[in-house]
Amino acid sequence: MRQQIVISGLGGQGVLFLTRVIAESALRRGAAVLTAETHGMAQRGGSVLSTVKIGTFRSPLIARGTADLGLFLAAENLPVHGPLLREGAALVVAAAEPGAYRAVDAAAVARELGAPVLANLVVLGAAVADDLLCVGRDEVEETIRVLSPPKLVEGNLTAFRRGLALAGSR
Amino acid sequence: MTDLFLMGNEAIARGLIEAGCTLASAYPGTPSTEIVQAVVNFRDLAIDPLHIEWSVNEKIAFEVALAHSYTGKRAAVAMKQVGLNVAADPFMRTAYLGVKGGLVLVVADDPGPHSSQNEQDSRQFAAFARVPVLDPASPAEARDMVAEAFALSEELEMPVMLRPTTRICHARQNVPPREVQALRRVSAFQKEPTRWAATPAFLPALHRELNGKLDRLSGDDRFRPQLTPGDGSCAGVCVVAAGICFATAADLLEAQGLLGKIDFFQVRMPYPLHTGFIGDLKARYRRVLVLEETYPVIEDRLDHPGLSGRGDGTVPREGELTPDVIAAALDRFLGRPHPEDAAVAAGRGRRPSLCPGCPHRAAFHAIKTLFPKGIFPSDIGCYTLGLNLGAVDTVHCMGACISQGVGFYHAYAQDGLDVPPIVVTIGDSTFFHAGIPALINAVVQRARIVVVILDNATTAMTGHQPVPHLGLAADGSPAPTVPIENLVRACGVSFVAEGTPYDRAAFEEMLRAAYAHTRQPDGGVAVVISRHPCLMDRRACLTQKRYRMRVETSCTGCRRCLKQFECAAIVFNEDANRAAIDPDLCVGCGTCVPACPVGAIVAADEEAP
Repeated sequence: MRQQIVISGLGGQGVLFLTRVIAESALRRGAAVLTAETHGMAQRGGSVLSTVKIGTFRSPLIARGTADLGLFLAAENLPVHGPLLREGAALVVAAAEPGAYRAVDAAAVARELGAPVLANLVVLGAAVADDLLCVGRDEVEETIRVLSPPKLVEGNLTAFRRGLALAGSR
Repeated sequence: MTDLFLMGNEAIARGLIEAGCTLASAYPGTPSTEIVQAVVNFRDLAIDPLHIEWSVNEKIAFEVALAHSYTGKRAAVAMKQVGLNVAADPFMRTAYLGVKGGLVLVVADDPGPHSSQNEQDSRQFAAFARVPVLDPASPAEARDMVAEAFALSEELEMPVMLRPTTRICHARQNVPPREVQALRRVSAFQKEPTRWAATPAFLPALHRELNGKLDRLSGDDRFRPQLTPGDGSCAGVCVVAAGICFATAADLLEAQGLLGKIDFFQVRMPYPLHTGFIGDLKARYRRVLVLEETYPVIEDRLDHPGLSGRGDGTVPREGELTPDVIAAALDRFLGRPHPEDAAVAAGRGRRPSLCPGCPHRAAFHAIKTLFPKGIFPSDIGCYTLGLNLGAVDTVHCMGACISQGVGFYHAYAQDGLDVPPIVVTIGDSTFFHAGIPALINAVVQRARIVVVILDNATTAMTGHQPVPHLGLAADGSPAPTVPIENLVRACGVSFVAEGTPYDRAAFEEMLRAAYAHTRQPDGGVAVVISRHPCLMDRRACLTQKRYRMRVETSCTGCRRCLKQFECAAIVFNEDANRAAIDPDLCVGCGTCVPACPVGAIVAADEEAP
């Protein structure tokens, strides 16, 4: 099991939470995991990047042109963080309009659920449904249960499942 | 026990508790903040009693930890790299006088920098102070080095620095937990005035003792750099790396099939650097590449004719050593062609911005509207982002804004011409940290400036650590409060006003009165306390009045609201050629109403149709 993942978004979109859910889901499979996160001033609405490296790596950072999967919560970050992806990498983007990627209208689903910040888990659901991650639905759901504050567990799971339901609806 | 999945800063905190540390102090600062935050979160694991504090500044945090160590107990103090500048005074002398119980100083550097006013290298600072420093290459190693640092500190009776960088602090990794030690030490301060109060007469001997300790340590094989040997196919050539650069280079060498082919050293203790290692490199290798962040600390200590690194341009002298930068350095060093990559990242992406509803934005908009010709010194915190609004002219270091205001005032005043309005902005936590002496100075120096204290009742930028006027200790227990107004008056300020910037008319009135005070014959410093809670505090966000915001068709499309107010919730609808409100981001604070010159931004009560 070896996968390098780029998670890109804007501060406040829940990139850190998404990073933790993916990382800890991989841990449930017994993998070694490294992540790198953006904290500090950039979290105030600026472009933020997380990387997840699953498998026997030593550095949490990803070299240009080597990531296997990109999850973008903000399409505007594609020129900035897109170059980290290797040729042929899978790419899921939260976007209402189609593009040269798997577009998921996560904002619309999240707004329907009454919480725009849930777009992150909708994107994750879509990626898991398309089998783009080296972790599966059960591990992710279990991780969401463990990491979410008790009041938010159901809402978070609902968002993830709504994402799952978008499978193949490209 | 199963592995824990910890952020580097949490791993360090875990290491502190495992090592039987009984005091942890810090002033928050990215990338170090989560260390003491995690000590708070993990405090129930401690067996011995544990005092945790968010100190008022780094110097104080250091001195509190120092005295704890004098009693024979283990203490840790954490800060960001520029925090050590503030704590430099006690730090430098501690090297001479030494410690009793282990004293570990965790200083988090920020190559890049990502969230700092410079990218200074604390290992260089450690060498300057003559204090040993450990440079971890992963979160798990950072945790292990905590125990190592405590043991070494007690062995040598010296402080020991642990120097993680942003990519260690904010990386997460599985870390196997170790048992928490119970040292059960009882405070026993042994009076020794020739040491703890050493006068100049005693310092040459203490300095000699310090040098002797460092001489012994630089020959200590526990800290000889570790070799991952090559197979001889790259004879005479080696790579020397430290910290995250070691981890990144290891991943790159492995991907290139070079790990196990080329001799590859990890330096865990860059200062004092093992003298035998320095000799070995000279004897065994023709060419040596050094990879370290951010200054050439190891490189400058290697006396080697075939040295590659910052000195010969193989490694860039500024910025973070990302995998791409290290890959290029390896290619240059090994004489391989470096692929010109067409796909270069386009800048840093969207810049950060004050949150929708942020009270600082309302205050900044009022200040710059009222004083279009003003000079605006500001400071370190979320409110630095007032830059985006053109309401911040200078940002230097913690507390500098008030002193800079004094400097500006006297420069203009001595010309005998009109002095522009000088309106200083400083956050509440920054004011406590370094603003108080500066405010006293401003009063005594008869500066005629307006100081706006942006009081959002928290240390917002670093994740909401309590401030002294909040009445909360690090662990959430109640503490005495130190009201800002009382401090300001005690500093000798005669004009003090307080109010929320959400009430625009009243706030402008306060600013006008404050400015008028600075111009009166017997006037001087005027302080306005702009008071409104940070909206990252969910309770504040949910309890304040929420308006339904809309942009009327009278909007002329001038975009002044976007440029002058810069709220992420105000967007531009290109099709309609007018501003619009993003309902996902808008918190309904209503502070943007004055941002429209034609009154097209309208706030309606939430219940209204």
